[in-house]
Amino acid sequence: MSGTQVFAQTVLNGLLMGCIIALVAIGIALIRGVMDMVNFAQGEFLMLGMYCAFWVNRLTGLDPLLTAPIAGAVLFVLGAVMYKTLVRRVVGAPMLAQVLLTFGFSIVLVNTALFLWGAEFRTIPETWIRGNVDIGGVVIGVTTLVPAVVSVIMAAGVYWFMVKTRMGRALQATAMNKHAAALVGIDTERVYALAFGLASACAGVAGSVLALSYYVFPMVGTVFNLFAFVAVALGGFGSIPGAFIGGLIIGVADSVTGFYVSTAFKYVVAFGIYLATVIWRPKGLFGW
Amino acid sequence: MKNQWTIVLGAIAVGAVLPYVFPGPFPRHVMIMVLVYAILGTAWNILGGYAGQVSLGHAVYFGIGAYTSTMAFIVWRLNPWVGMVLGAVIAASVAILMGYPTFKLRGFYFAIATIALGEMFRILFVNWEWVGGAVGLEPPIIKGDRLMSMQFHLSKVPYYYILFIMFLCVLALVRVIERSKLGYYFRAVKDSHEAALSSGIDTTQVKLVAVAISAFITSMVGTVYAQYLLYIDPYVVFAGSISVKVCLVAILGGEGRLMGPFFGSVVLVLLSEYSRVLFGGTGRGIDLIIYGWLIVFVAAFQPRGILGLLGLKKQYAPEVMRKHA
Repeated sequence: MSGTQVFAQTVLNGLLMGCIIALVAIGIALIRGVMDMVNFAQGEFLMLGMYCAFWVNRLTGLDPLLTAPIAGAVLFVLGAVMYKTLVRRVVGAPMLAQVLLTFGFSIVLVNTALFLWGAEFRTIPETWIRGNVDIGGVVIGVTTLVPAVVSVIMAAGVYWFMVKTRMGRALQATAMNKHAAALVGIDTERVYALAFGLASACAGVAGSVLALSYYVFPMVGTVFNLFAFVAVALGGFGSIPGAFIGGLIIGVADSVTGFYVSTAFKYVVAFGIYLATVIWRPKGLFGW
Repeated sequence: MKNQWTIVLGAIAVGAVLPYVFPGPFPRHVMIMVLVYAILGTAWNILGGYAGQVSLGHAVYFGIGAYTSTMAFIVWRLNPWVGMVLGAVIAASVAILMGYPTFKLRGFYFAIATIALGEMFRILFVNWEWVGGAVGLEPPIIKGDRLMSMQFHLSKVPYYYILFIMFLCVLALVRVIERSKLGYYFRAVKDSHEAALSSGIDTTQVKLVAVAISAFITSMVGTVYAQYLLYIDPYVVFAGSISVKVCLVAILGGEGRLMGPFFGSVVLVLLSEYSRVLFGGTGRGIDLIIYGWLIVFVAAFQPRGILGLLGLKKQYAPEVMRKHA
């Protein structure tokens, strides 16, 4: 392989992983945009989506690709319930309460997964999709291509929902001004629950398809969560297309430093990008 | 006023005899950990509680303290007491250097930046071979229990008293800050950044002072902890879980209150140490599940902490002053 091909391969791998990060990031951006809080448990929802795919596959033999809607639905319900029972209490509360609540919840989820399913790395043994695609010497495994495509479709779906549907516009209206939205008859409580559910569903779908090509283990969410935060910061904390592009950038940065420098320092690069963004361009790369 | 001093002196007396009321290595270990987190929480409280800058990366200063004294001990045979001061100075300097860019950020942005810096420091130390890399370091063992070498092999009690005296000093310092002009600057910055700026307070400088004091104390505890364990590695002293726990003891007890971190530490350390003993052996993280739920419930139901729950008011701001503020 020539140097250019290796580079192209590295960038492409990064873009594919970036699509998954992007979908997780969209969930964070959505919650941040609508209810002005940051969810530190988003990565753990991804982890739950992965286990969802794993267990459905193990118990029924259903392909992980088909479990994506199931994982999405399960996580939607979980997110909405989490909002109704716990998160509702800290909307508008001091930031510290919000950070701690979601942080604590992520500790609960990681350790519950550890308790129920153990610490071992699991993989899904068989799937329908296999083989490789060769584009001029750059080889992509179909098991990494399909998750990326699903992520893009899901992200586009969320964007379409936000822009085109009545409910999505209610979400946007609530994000702009909660009281004004309530005055024109929008049930803001329902909107918040919906936003939280939708954000969790994004992570669930991302997790389900990620399980095709990645190890399933209780701590998997932490890494993706931190990367997703950086992506959201790049995108300007609240913009859905921004978060998506931020996710792609982080995916590429991760892959390129991992390959050319050292895998040990890829976090350093990601966090460096975060610090540089929030300090010099606090509104994100695409904000103004 | 006289009554108050009776309580204070009584509490000090109780603290002084406690290791002999509950002898045995495990209760003493728990008491030591309560003091460790009480001091760390109090140090965090200066920045997070009084000045309102929520840091989730205090393990950085803790780790610097542990590593500086241990490395200086190994390389130069420097006395750990001197190493402790050296580490504290380095930690405060690092805090100021990192504070310059990050104090431009508010709220979430600042909190996530501190997480990012915390992770970066841990990765740096894992990959830094000179300081032992991922394997970690062991301070040289000095024979005999001597205060000079800060090593006691026969009994844990001397560590308890070192930390106990440190805790009293830190409380006294925070008490002085609470009532000084600096304390009012801190609270002004916390309540409204804009208002503080417009009344002529150099907010960045105030935050830098807060983080420097906070890092200085945190680092000193790091040194004592390293001498207590006699082994450190980046996963122990730069752990993100330390950063969270330090913040949590302050919130649990009641942030921005003098004794808040102490009460938070008592509850949290007792809970985590005893649940670890009861369930930790399973390797299935039951103790951490309980710990996580505790965090969730404190945040959702009682953000004012235990002292708030008991209906105690913050002393520094009597109602009269609130009304005129």
